[in-house]
Amino acid sequence: MSLLEVRGLQVHFPIKRGIVLERTVGAVRAVDGVDLAVERGRTLGIVGESGCGKSTLGRAILQLEPVTAGTVAFDGEDLARLKPTAMRAMRRRMQMVFQDPLASLDPRQSVASVLSEPLRTHGEKGPYDKRVRELLDLVGLPSSAASRYPHEFSGGQRQRVGIARAIALSPELIVADEPVSALDVSIQAQVVNLLEELQERLSLTYLVIAHDLAVVRHISDDIAVMYLGTIVEVAPSEDLYARPLHPYTIALLSAIPIPDPEVEDRRERVLLRGDLPSAADPPSGCRFHTRCPYRQPTRCDDEVPVLRTPEGFPGQAVACHWAEQVASGQLRPASSPVVATAPDG
Amino acid sequence: MSLTAGADLAAGSADSGATGEQAAGLYRDAFRRLRRSPTAIVGAALVALFVFVAVFAPLLAPYSPTAVDLTDIRPGVFPGPSAEHPLGLDQLGRDELSRIIYGARYSLLIGIVSLSLGAVVGLALGLLAGAFGGWVDGLVMRLVDIMLAVPSLLLAIGVAALLGPRLLSVMIAIAVVNVPIFARLLRGSMLAQRRSDYALAARSLGVTRGRIVLQHVFPNSLAPVIVQGTLALATAIIEAAGLAFLGLGSADPAIPEWGRMLAETNAFLASAPLLALWPGLAIVLSVMGFYLLGEALREALDPKLRR
Repeated sequence: MSLLEVRGLQVHFPIKRGIVLERTVGAVRAVDGVDLAVERGRTLGIVGESGCGKSTLGRAILQLEPVTAGTVAFDGEDLARLKPTAMRAMRRRMQMVFQDPLASLDPRQSVASVLSEPLRTHGEKGPYDKRVRELLDLVGLPSSAASRYPHEFSGGQRQRVGIARAIALSPELIVADEPVSALDVSIQAQVVNLLEELQERLSLTYLVIAHDLAVVRHISDDIAVMYLGTIVEVAPSEDLYARPLHPYTIALLSAIPIPDPEVEDRRERVLLRGDLPSAADPPSGCRFHTRCPYRQPTRCDDEVPVLRTPEGFPGQAVACHWAEQVASGQLRPASSPVVATAPDG
Repeated sequence: MSLTAGADLAAGSADSGATGEQAAGLYRDAFRRLRRSPTAIVGAALVALFVFVAVFAPLLAPYSPTAVDLTDIRPGVFPGPSAEHPLGLDQLGRDELSRIIYGARYSLLIGIVSLSLGAVVGLALGLLAGAFGGWVDGLVMRLVDIMLAVPSLLLAIGVAALLGPRLLSVMIAIAVVNVPIFARLLRGSMLAQRRSDYALAARSLGVTRGRIVLQHVFPNSLAPVIVQGTLALATAIIEAAGLAFLGLGSADPAIPEWGRMLAETNAFLASAPLLALWPGLAIVLSVMGFYLLGEALREALDPKLRR
C-alpha cells in the first residue's frame, strides 16, 4: 500500500463579490482532479510553472487548505474523515518544509523554541535541550544555534532550521514546497544534499514541489508534471527526462539550455506561446490545447484527456490524446509563426 | 495622581522586560537602532522631560498653581517675567511657570488614562475580529466603521457634552476616539500575520488555533500597536487641549490645564501675548516628543529594515 494516495483531489477557491451580502460568482480551480500515489521511502517531485496549483496541492494533501472534493489517504486512512483531534495527532507523521525559510519562522522565537514547539504540541515531556541539540546536529548546525533568532542566520541556515523543525517529530512524510528556490544557487545543492541524506537516515518519504527542473530531477524517483490544476504526466525521473511524452513536458524540457553551444544551436526547441490561462475559467477539453504546438482540431478542444499509460511506454502515464503520435514523430509541432496566426480556439 | 501614572509607566516597561527573553530578537534590534537614531533621542529627551516635570511638579514648581499674588496686578496690565516669576503672572495673578509645570500632570494623566482606556477596548475588539475572522470580524468592523464615520472631534465634543464638563469626560471622549483606531490596526495586523507562513507552519505541526493566535499571531501583530500608542499619546494631548480650549474640559478653574490656559488668555492676547505662548509651547514640545519617539519607533520596528 502506498504511504500517500490522492484520488480526484479538488481545491476550489470561491470568488466572492459584494461587501455586505457576499455571493459566490465563481471559483478558482487551483487543484482540479489530481490522482497520485507515493510509495514509502520514495520521492515524488511535482513540477509546473507558477500558478499551476502545485503549492495548493501540497497544502491540501496536509489538510492545510479546505478540500473541495476527492480523498487524501495517508497510510490507508482518509484524512478528511479524521476528527480535528485525531488529525492533529496525525500531523506528527506528516510535516512540511516551506519555500521562504525566514517567513516560515516566527521572528520572536529562538531556534530552541522553534524546535521544541512540535515536541511540546505533541505532549512530549521536557526538557527538550537534548533533542534540540540532536536535531541541530542532524541538519548540520552547531548547538550554539539554539539560543539564536531566525534573523541572525543566513538563508541556508534558516532553511536547515526549518528542516530540523519538520523532522523533530520523526515524521514519515515530508512535503517540501520549493525547499531551495529562495536560496542562493551555491546553497541550493547543500540543502538538496541534506534532504537526501536525511531521507536515507530517517527513511523519509518526500513530496517535493518545485519549478526548477534540475532540482527535481536530482532528488526525485518519480516526477509528476502539473498544468493548470491537473497532472499531465507522471513518470520515473529518468524516463521523463529521457523521453517526455506530454507536449507540455516536451516544451518544459526543451527550455533547458544545453551547455554545449553546437548542440544548443542544432537542437529543436518547442516554444510555448501565451500565458497560463485563468484557473477560474480553464479551457475546454484538454487544458493545454490553447498553448499546445501539437494541437489537433476538435478532439483536443472538446474531449478531456485522462491520465493513461500509452502503448509502448510502460511505467509512464500521460494525459494526452496524441501521446503515441507525438512520441513516434507522426505529429510535428506547429512552428511558432504559423501557430501565431492561427485562430485561437 | 501623577505618581500612580509614573508607576504605571514603570510597570509597563517591567512587563515588556519580562517577555523580553522571548521577544529579544525584534525588540533588542529595535532598541539598538533607536539608540542610534537622533530622532529617537530628541523625542525620548522631550518625553523624559515632560514625564519628569509631571511627576515631580510639587518639587519643581516655585509656587502653588492656585496661589494668587495681586501686588502688581492692575486692570489691563500683566506683569511680565521677573526674578520672582520667571514666566510672569496670569490674568488672576497666579505664577505662570508653576501652572505650566502642574499642567504637565494633567496632560500626562489625560493622555495615559484615555490612551489605556481606548487601547484596551480597541485592542479587545481588534483581537476578537482578528482571531475569529468570518462574521465576527464583519460585525466588529462594521461597528468600528460606524465609530469612524463620526468625525473624531465631533464625537469627543458629543461625549464631553453628554457627561458634563469634567476631566473624566475628556478622558472618555479621547478614549472613544482611540477605540476604532486601535481595533482596526490590530485586526489588520493580525489578519496579515495569520496568513503568514509561520502560522501555517504552526498549523502543520498540529498547534491548536487558539495557541497560534495567542502565541504567534498576537505578539507579532503588536509592533504597529506600540507605534500607534506613542503617536496616540501625542494626539491625546492635543485633543485634550482642544477640548479644554472649547470649554469642554474640567469646569474647575483651579485646574491648570494647558488648553484651557490658552483659551483664557484669548481675551488678553494683545496686552499679554506671552501668556498664550507658554502653554502653546508646552503643548508643542510634549506633543513633538511623543511624535518623534513614535516615528523613530516605527522606523526601528519596521520589519523591512531587518533583513
